[in-house]
Amino acid sequence: MEAMPIAIDRDALQRLMAEEAAQLVEVLPAKEFGEEHLAGAINIPLKELDESAPRELARERPVIVYCNDYQ
Amino acid sequence: MGFPRVYDYVAGKNDWGSYGLPREGTNVPARAAGDVAHRDVPTCTLADRLSDVRERVRAAGWDTCIVVNEQRVVLGRLGRQALASKIDSSIEEAMTPGPSTVRPSIGADALLERIRARNLTSFLVTTPDGRLVGLVRRDDLESGT
Repeated sequence: MEAMPIAIDRDALQRLMAEEAAQLVEVLPAKEFGEEHLAGAINIPLKELDESAPRELARERPVIVYCNDYQ
Repeated sequence: MGFPRVYDYVAGKNDWGSYGLPREGTNVPARAAGDVAHRDVPTCTLADRLSDVRERVRAAGWDTCIVVNEQRVVLGRLGRQALASKIDSSIEEAMTPGPSTVRPSIGADALLERIRARNLTSFLVTTPDGRLVGLVRRDDLESGT
């Protein structure tokens, strides 16, 4: 069984980025990512997450996923 | 995902943008309200004396003062008239309560349109929870500074 992601707020995100070099991943489609995303984020659309994450992300660093809002 | 430490920033990019934090992308305005806001706009609290505030604001070369609480949440605004008056009323009586505000992420062009439509000379910028970011002047937007 896989652990559920832990919900965090903006302050925790900034702390994880600054102190633990967290990897920021927008899971929306590429078009929406291209229009606007958090500075420093990469795009892995939700449908591709399981397949692409092991290739594109470092396992030893925290991963933060996000989309538009509480969806 | 099979990763040991995965977090979900549940409030997402709408929250991030509304706080004026750095964004990238084709739809992100080159200049946003948060970039052009004067963060040194004078502030006072309800407990201050209006006469003291007048002096301080004038000495700083401003003609407006934002009334905030301890968390810098905007409560009201003292405009030119309130600051020019000789009457020493309370800050609460003198201020215009609940001024209109915009978020730091709104583009400078969109904000200028809004300011012109309302025939204003400035607009307050706050975070979504009402904390003061600063004041944007129409003149700055029109001159592109």
